[in-house]
Amino acid sequence: MDFAVFLQHCLTGISLGGAYALIAVGYTMVYGILRLINFAHGDIFMMAGYFMVFASSSMPWYLATPIVLIATVILGVLIERAAYKPLRNAPRMSIMISAIGVSYLLQNLATYLFTALPRGYPTLTALKKIFQIGPLSASLVTFITPVLTLALVYVLILLINHSKIGMAMRAVSKDFETAQLMGIKINRVISFTFAIGSLLAAIGSILYFTDRMTVFPFSGALPGLKCFVAAVLGGIGSIPGAMVGGFILGLGETALVAMGYSTFSDAFTFILLIVMLIFRPTGIFGEKVTDKV
Amino acid sequence: MMKMKKNTKILLSVLILIAAVAALWYLDANKNQYSYAISILQRSAIYAIAAVAMNMLTGFTGLFSLGQAGFMAIGAYTVAILTIPVEMRANVYYINGIADFLANLSLPFWAALILGGVLAALVGFFVGIPVLRLKSDYLAIATLGFSEIIRAIIAAPQLDRITNGSYGLKSIPAFSSVFEAFFIAGICILLMILIINSSYGRAFKAIKEDETAAQAMGINLFKHKSMSFIISCFFTGIAGGLLAVFMRSIDSKTFQIALTYDILLIVVLGGLGSITGSVIGAFLMTAGREWLRFFDNPLMIGGFQVPLFRTGFRMVIFSLILMAVVLYYRKGLFGDKEFTWDRMYNFFIRLRDRIRRKTPEKGDKGNV
Repeated sequence: MDFAVFLQHCLTGISLGGAYALIAVGYTMVYGILRLINFAHGDIFMMAGYFMVFASSSMPWYLATPIVLIATVILGVLIERAAYKPLRNAPRMSIMISAIGVSYLLQNLATYLFTALPRGYPTLTALKKIFQIGPLSASLVTFITPVLTLALVYVLILLINHSKIGMAMRAVSKDFETAQLMGIKINRVISFTFAIGSLLAAIGSILYFTDRMTVFPFSGALPGLKCFVAAVLGGIGSIPGAMVGGFILGLGETALVAMGYSTFSDAFTFILLIVMLIFRPTGIFGEKVTDKV
Repeated sequence: MMKMKKNTKILLSVLILIAAVAALWYLDANKNQYSYAISILQRSAIYAIAAVAMNMLTGFTGLFSLGQAGFMAIGAYTVAILTIPVEMRANVYYINGIADFLANLSLPFWAALILGGVLAALVGFFVGIPVLRLKSDYLAIATLGFSEIIRAIIAAPQLDRITNGSYGLKSIPAFSSVFEAFFIAGICILLMILIINSSYGRAFKAIKEDETAAQAMGINLFKHKSMSFIISCFFTGIAGGLLAVFMRSIDSKTFQIALTYDILLIVVLGGLGSITGSVIGAFLMTAGREWLRFFDNPLMIGGFQVPLFRTGFRMVIFSLILMAVVLYYRKGLFGDKEFTWDRMYNFFIRLRDRIRRKTPEKGDKGNV
């Protein structure tokens, strides 16, 4: 393979990985606090795609984008309030089943509201502009995604390490009950976590779908699961870990497609997951935790 | 708690059984007229096998596995590949041709079905070795991953001459009679009930309640967990094989995660840890989807068209009902109890008393 082609694939992989990383951060934050695989996260990401389709059909992109972000955040927080909050003291399996139920509901709702036919994703001309650097050519979104991802993750880490709500989040994820006894308003912290997760999912969705061009009701299911795998890969609960996991998945998948094994690109994710769970269940950045009996 | 006489209970069970067989016989006699009802009932029976198998794993052993669709795919493809009539094969594999060793290999339906189950169990054995060391949600996501890997392997172009890749398989011979699916489902569920009530089943329940305590009592955790997993995989494979015969044409998209979720929601609806719950749940859920079909058609009341009623609304209502069960009725229909005539009898007695007195007695909770 010629070097320019190789670089081109790397660029695509990093860009895909950036979008994965943003979604993976949402998973890892929710898991860190609630110990819940939020199966609906991928569907929130899909709904954000639909919001964009409708918002941009009636207004310019600089108005549509903030509206999409706000709508997605509201959706995420609403789901938490309606489906996870009543089960706070229930066994973990119940909450997970509830998450699967929400995912099922969102997919059916999207099929009902927007039909199962794929919808064209609006082309944001600003993001689609083609750039040419030497032999490489790519649209702006390909360059922006990794940069934006790094910047957002950096801001998020600052927020978690240096703000009051960040400190509360760290406390809740360490010990739920003690944090509550210390006067931390658990529900506010959890809502805030879901808000951030959904916001990142919405940004990820804009970057992801701009490259994919179409949205359909099930377009969130598989990326959602893959991003959870990315979060596990990096060490669940660790934000830089989720980002690294996302980039690894994006690059690996693009490499497989480039080598002509595109049918296995989805399976690759899960093989990686299983290998990881067997040899290093805590992930790349995860800290070792011992299960209390 | 009031008890019924033993003879009355047996009599009632026999009566129900006779009524069910008579109903099936009637449906069979008027096949053309009732083909829709028959297909719903058959699908329910097939899902009931898969649901009971999942319940054995999740409700009785406490292992939350989301790999059902993958194991069903193994059973389904085994049955399909081995039972498609030899003369039809050139037609089915018209794009890539069929692998030479398969071209004339064919098995009778029952043998292919059992082989499908055995293959699923074999894969379950190898999958179980690494995966069963994991706990709760990691186990769920790892089994889900395996299910997707199995699906990717089936659809892989390298296996085109065996599984026909992404084109899928068609011309699978249908059930020879209406009874077949119900008969097989009955046997499978009976076998699973026997296993659950055996000493192995008690060990499964002990593991679910408390792993450490079970281990202290001398139960070999890994052996029993993998036994439960393998048995569950076997019956899931059988259910998959039946599904292939029922659908008559399958492809790798049939066995997506959505299928696993369907089975899971049946188990939750019926109650985790209740076999009768899973069976009744399977019939309710499959039939419920059809009953709700009127939501999909435009509805006119007095010349005014009710909004919302259009294609897809049924599934929204359906998922809302399921969410309501998950959130507010977490035990499902039966909780971890089984359906018994005593409970049924007591329920009606209480219902009668309640209507008579209008005021419910203290501590008289209406649980079925």
